[in-house]
Amino acid sequence: MGVRTWLEGWPVYRQLTSHDPLGRGAAAKSRQSRNLLARTETADKVVKSVCPYCAVGCGQQVYVRDGEVTQIEGDPDSPVSRGRLCPKGSASKQLVTSSTRQTKVRYRRPYGTEWEDLDLATAMDMIADRVIETRRRTWQETDSNGRALRRTLGFASLGGATLDNEENYLMKKLYTALGAVEIENQARI
Amino acid sequence: MAECHPVGFQWVMEAKQRGATIIHVDPRFTRTSAVADIHVPLRAGSDIAFLGGLIRYVLENDKWFREYVVAYTNAPMILREDFRDTEDLDGLFSGFQEDTRHYDPSTWQYEGADVAAAAGQRDQWSDMESNEKGSSSDSRSEHARRGAATARVSTSGAGGGTFHGRPERDDTLQHPRCVFQVLKRHFSRYTPEKVAEICGVSEAQFLRVAEALTANSGRERTSAFVYAVGWTHHTVGVQYIRTAAILQLLLGNIGRPGGGIMALRGHASIQGSTDIPTLFNILPGYLPMPHAHDHEDLATYISADAGSKGYWGNMDAYAVSLLKAWWGDAATADNDYCFDYLPRLTDKHSNYDTVMKQLAGESEGYFLIGENPAVGTANGKMNRLGLANLKWLVVRDFQLIESATFWKDGPEIETGELAPEEIGTEVFFLPAAAHTEKDGSFTNTQRMLQWHHKAVEPTGDQRSDLWFYFHLGRIIRAKLAGSTARADRPILDLTWDYPTKGEAGDPDAEAVLAEINGFGPDGKPLSSYTELKADGSTRCGCWIYCGCFKDGVNEPARRKPGSEQSWVAPEWGWAWPANRRILYNRASADPEGRPWSERKAYLWWDPEQKKWTGHDVPDFQPDKSPDYRPPEDAEREDAIAGTEPFIMQADGRGWLYVPAGLADGPLPAHYEPHESPVPNQLYGQQQNPARQVYPHRLNRYAPSGDDPGAEVFPYVFTTYRLTEHHTAGGMSRWLPYLSELQPEFFCEVSPQLAAERGLEHLGWATIVNPRAVIEARVLVTERMRPLRVGGRTLHQIGLPYHWGGNGLSTGDSANELLAIALDPNVHIQPTKASVCDIRPGRRPRAPAAAPLVADYQRRAGITAETGTEAVTGGKKK
Ligand code: SF4
Repeated sequence: MGVRTWLEGWPVYRQLTSHDPLGRGAAAKSRQSRNLLARTETADKVVKSVCPYCAVGCGQQVYVRDGEVTQIEGDPDSPVSRGRLCPKGSASKQLVTSSTRQTKVRYRRPYGTEWEDLDLATAMDMIADRVIETRRRTWQETDSNGRALRRTLGFASLGGATLDNEENYLMKKLYTALGAVEIENQARI
Repeated sequence: MAECHPVGFQWVMEAKQRGATIIHVDPRFTRTSAVADIHVPLRAGSDIAFLGGLIRYVLENDKWFREYVVAYTNAPMILREDFRDTEDLDGLFSGFQEDTRHYDPSTWQYEGADVAAAAGQRDQWSDMESNEKGSSSDSRSEHARRGAATARVSTSGAGGGTFHGRPERDDTLQHPRCVFQVLKRHFSRYTPEKVAEICGVSEAQFLRVAEALTANSGRERTSAFVYAVGWTHHTVGVQYIRTAAILQLLLGNIGRPGGGIMALRGHASIQGSTDIPTLFNILPGYLPMPHAHDHEDLATYISADAGSKGYWGNMDAYAVSLLKAWWGDAATADNDYCFDYLPRLTDKHSNYDTVMKQLAGESEGYFLIGENPAVGTANGKMNRLGLANLKWLVVRDFQLIESATFWKDGPEIETGELAPEEIGTEVFFLPAAAHTEKDGSFTNTQRMLQWHHKAVEPTGDQRSDLWFYFHLGRIIRAKLAGSTARADRPILDLTWDYPTKGEAGDPDAEAVLAEINGFGPDGKPLSSYTELKADGSTRCGCWIYCGCFKDGVNEPARRKPGSEQSWVAPEWGWAWPANRRILYNRASADPEGRPWSERKAYLWWDPEQKKWTGHDVPDFQPDKSPDYRPPEDAEREDAIAGTEPFIMQADGRGWLYVPAGLADGPLPAHYEPHESPVPNQLYGQQQNPARQVYPHRLNRYAPSGDDPGAEVFPYVFTTYRLTEHHTAGGMSRWLPYLSELQPEFFCEVSPQLAAERGLEHLGWATIVNPRAVIEARVLVTERMRPLRVGGRTLHQIGLPYHWGGNGLSTGDSANELLAIALDPNVHIQPTKASVCDIRPGRRPRAPAAAPLVADYQRRAGITAETGTEAVTGGKKK
């Protein structure tokens, strides 16, 4: 340990020689906190993203280590947000890593009193069947005057404002091809 | 803005630092008010009176921007002789049909011309006709005439469209029937005294705003308006925005830097889900969904809705390219590009219409995709009972939100109104992937697309919605394969072969973006919507997004640091259309193409290079000279003169007055909220006569104004969000950080109201109205102030609406109190101004809760008809 390092280990020295004369910042830092590393330092990669809450669209940097999100910070490059995030944007690491986030399909049968397990592929197959059956049962080829309707009002959909453009596109495309018209999202709510 | 769009608010503070005056007009005192130069705490639901007062101030004091108004707005257009204003009809415009609660807009047109709307009710004539089927009114023959004229024009190949003739104009603005004079007369009664009386503000406060705004508008300076759902969540919400648009056009604040009217939208891609709509009434790029009565084939669809002049004149190219994107080689000129594959509308099919059908047992299935209507939409009970009346329900979300568990632990289970054993709804809960677990783009509130990259794999069954819809479609197609049913053709002929990646088979989001952008005849990505053709040679999933994948480059993923580019930052993300950052920016230059002032230079005509140049992509044909005058028979964009910046409009002008496209009048008028303890002090007409009402046992309305029983609900409540929570809470109430910051549902009341009703700070309050009773913690705060309105004291109550029974932070949902009654243009519910009573203590538990609401209904004399009347003016005349 050189003299300089030894001297700098002494808080009063740092207080007198640095920009922290009152000793309330860097001068007071202990060795322990000096040795702490921010989670952002140990990330394997940093991925550019966008805040998923409001429509300001603040830039985010997602820090990943061992395939897990370890931190989400504001992106200083963004001309929208210049690195800032509000309380919600700052909490988005908890949003994606929440311990109560569901990871399994849950199924509730008609008149059931509890959730049951269901395999994802089976759920998808059952949902496809429900759509096909409802559509068939409620299909309207024409109205009472014989004008073409080619639609079903048997099922509806609500959602889209929290999703990607590409997801909204596939939703509208698939629903329209199925003849479903009661498609809505938060834009009216 | 500081509360709900905090990071965007940094730019307001930046402007303030550079000398801008910040004016905050809001019933509540918030973090925005705390740093604004002027805070005007007006009564919730009175903004049209306030803005109308500003319009009158601008007109009476000659503060309008004459050159801009004469050249760029429809101020000089002359109206038909038979138009009648609210001035003449005690708050109604001509054309109101009381039996159908609809306006016939025929008399609103310009003299000598009929104009199609560029937005809004673009199929107004079809709506009118279908709603009036069987009636023998004069207006019906008027429609028949128009219909015939339209058909004639389109079959003769003259271009089609509903723009007939040329409007008559008086550029001196003196003609008594010109828009400018009509506007002056219409707003003449919005005096500072009336504004003060209606809004509960002082005349001095109002005048301070008027002076600051007008002093900061003109050649050298511009002012911007920023709003959120405080303006749209009313039964007259669209007209709120219209009032601001009139004001900004009069002041010359549209299409110029530092000007405009900016909607602050509340979800990451709520703009994107409007552009590429998961909405019932439109197709991607604001093309209307076809209507059964008028759009029997592609030609009538196009001619009914395209203006033959302006960019909507190219609607044929946009529509055909969309049909080609969806049905590919199956869509040919011979089969009308599969136009008949599109389902037809006959009525309104909005979210609340769906809820009504669910309650009536007429709806079988429902997909809830990142939505929580059990908490998040008006009249939560009706929403939950609707869910309980389905055959099947699919919920895709991160957490077990209230809309997924209503059958197990919803409020109706607690009260015993429902039991799980009686609810037949089959529920599939599918866990969703988060933004960090998928690639894709959000469109932010500035119309800017930004790409987010996948950072990690989702866990277990968590999947993106792209995965869900792609595979659902794939499975359905496989199950229907070989079907010869006509109804199955659209699904079997659909282009649905996206490349997939990884073990889970995630569709490639960029491939979807490429389809949205579109392909030319050579299969290469298109670079602009101007390349789209109506001959089937181009494919494009959303014409306004065309160019976002130009040359195969993912433009939304561009991230050149803001510090390394101009202040417009055109190389960060991509804004529709054509990466333009300010719409209608031709208006930032004078008619000759010179900047209005050096200070506000943005786009200008370069006479040497013969093109528009400046800081942004021109929102104009780049080489159209300011001298260009369209020949008599010009069509599409060629019909727009070199001096007309509003290129989507058939007349190229910004509309002070709306001759077509609105369901509730060509001009805004102050109506009281659907439920209000205050009588309308401007007209005999109390509420928006064209608002949609939904009479139902669970959706009773309060009496308003001076009507007997109105005194039972003497207080106004307004709902809103907090910085620390998000909408119905699905993305915030399960998070420890956010739940700690805002742990509980509360109501904000003034010290005076607390004294009047015996409410204690941090104690409990019970809030009751004709639909529900809820409880909240009491926050007594001077941020809420009693107002003097119409000679009496009025108290307002603030209710943040995020809560429900699940999650870490729980509470009653404020939305239980909201009525389902809708704006007739956009079918939005009033969340910002309604009525209630408040009393100390916790709410009654079952079985006493329902009788309490019933008791209030009885005391107020509420029947099925209360609050549903369309016309009220007659009574008072
Ligand atoms: S950080 Fe806050 S302001 Fe920025 S987008 Fe997210 S929610 Fe909106």
